[in-house]
Amino acid sequence: MAVESEVWVGAAPRRRPEPKRLPTRERWVRRGPLLPALIFAIVLTQLPFLFTLYYSVRERNLLRPGSDRFVGLKNYGKVATDDLFRNAVFNTIKLTVSAVLLSMLLGVALAVVLDKKFLGRGIVRTLLITPFLVMPAAAALLWKTSIFNPVFGLLNWVLSLFGVSNVDWVNRFPMPSIVMVLTWQWTPFMMLIVLAGLQSQSPEILEAAKVDGATAWATFRRITLPHLRQFIELAVLLGSIFIVQTFDSIFMITQGGPGQATTNLPYFIYQKAFRAFDVGEAAAAGVIVVAATIIIATFALRVISGLFQEEA
Amino acid sequence: MAVATTPPITAERAAAARRRRGGKVSGGTVAIGIVAWVVGLLFFSPVLWMFLTGFKQESQASTDPPTFFFTPTLDQYRAIFDRDFAPYFINSATASIVSVVLVIILATPAAYALSIARVAKWRDGLFFFMSTRMMPAVASILPLYIIAKNIRMLDNIWFLSLVYTAMNLPIAVWMIRSFLIELPKEVLEAARVDGAKLFTEMRRVILPMIAPGLAATALICFIFAWNEFFFAVSLTATKAATVPVFLVGFITSEGLFWARLSAASTMAVLPVIIAGWIAQKWLVRGLSLGAVK
Repeated sequence: MAVESEVWVGAAPRRRPEPKRLPTRERWVRRGPLLPALIFAIVLTQLPFLFTLYYSVRERNLLRPGSDRFVGLKNYGKVATDDLFRNAVFNTIKLTVSAVLLSMLLGVALAVVLDKKFLGRGIVRTLLITPFLVMPAAAALLWKTSIFNPVFGLLNWVLSLFGVSNVDWVNRFPMPSIVMVLTWQWTPFMMLIVLAGLQSQSPEILEAAKVDGATAWATFRRITLPHLRQFIELAVLLGSIFIVQTFDSIFMITQGGPGQATTNLPYFIYQKAFRAFDVGEAAAAGVIVVAATIIIATFALRVISGLFQEEA
Repeated sequence: MAVATTPPITAERAAAARRRRGGKVSGGTVAIGIVAWVVGLLFFSPVLWMFLTGFKQESQASTDPPTFFFTPTLDQYRAIFDRDFAPYFINSATASIVSVVLVIILATPAAYALSIARVAKWRDGLFFFMSTRMMPAVASILPLYIIAKNIRMLDNIWFLSLVYTAMNLPIAVWMIRSFLIELPKEVLEAARVDGAKLFTEMRRVILPMIAPGLAATALICFIFAWNEFFFAVSLTATKAATVPVFLVGFITSEGLFWARLSAASTMAVLPVIIAGWIAQKWLVRGLSLGAVK
């Protein structure tokens, strides 16, 4: 906050008044450039959410015109006691935790490798970030067909060289299959952020550790990992926010199945809204998800805010 | 004193560094290089396989064992365009480009207000934008769908573009802000002293200096818009359907149209892969909302 008052203040360099004491007109002039974006964001993201709140206390089905009445918290009760909703919650947690952990472990390992000098480092880096750029819907379909297919899939062909016979991946291991695709997709994300962390280390400290005779592992554990902590936290939190919302791969690979084995919250709500057209219950489920997200996001913001204060 | 003590230490360190480098080039570096290449190729292989399969005949696409050597053909690409792939591609391009242009127009002044001009409560403003990105899309999809239906904007590419603009706005505001706070204050002050008005200052001084940053932001937003599926599949049907929606048609193709699917996917992913390779340098910054450089 001390930094804040010293910085560039705009039109009145001398005896700068507190923002509150600026004349009303001046305040609006300053706010002007912000307003279009602010209004746009409110109209397209906040207003719809208010509608969601409104729908969540009404019974309404788009397939039955005229069915629209106030029902209080009935939808919330229905959703909360719905076994399928609880199943979706658990699936979401399983999916997010495993995909985030796996991609983070791989990401750290790959970042450490990419931090070293070797022939063609730029090319390898480019190859490694590509999975993150591939359209998730296309990636999901390709994994489902060319890689996971029990008869013609690449995965089974590779495993057959080691004597493993044909496995029907998507049907026998639906959740691990999805986690595998997500890990493939998100490892580059984790890797890039961790790599940026590694490269921001001061070379002098590492050099000093070497001179003092520290082993590579000790240096990594005692110096590098603590330095990386906030980068890892940031990557985990941002990654979680995105992975919680996974929809494309589930829609394309398993359609939430077999049974409900891979139905996560976004897919559950999608089904409620666009297959059953049950507006009330879908909205109530949506509100519950937002409440949960706000709790998680509060932690996320605290971490990001920490990074952000350092830079200010 | 200082002069007397420094040289030995520096020499010792330099020697240590030389020793280390000398020792590693032969063994360690080569081993690391090999591991890196193997893992890199492994991660890339699904993409490479897709690219190759797109040039096969259908009979070569699903075989056991997989076909590695074949005569490339453009048949699948022809087949896709016969199946009217072009409108989907144009829709994707329209939604992505329109939303990127809108995002930059809206986010640049906002980022300016939240960094250089520092409106009151600028921190709250920044976090407000961030929070809109954290809100799950599923929470707003129903109202968006119903509103679009009521104003007859369902299956409309312009409506989808607006949704993408809202989706990318927080990323753009944060990213552009991170470029703005790096501008040297002296330059801005000089412009102010010369009596430049806000708009002139923006256009003449700030915009040219952050142009590379704006380009990077645009590329990142383009990637997210182009790859978006959830809104596309919920809000469009036939007229405004984008490339990922085109791919939905392949969901049930059990070993039937793999080569065609691969060709379509190659077309679908190519623009973003190229954009991403170009924007590599800024990718981290975009993904971390400007927090990591």
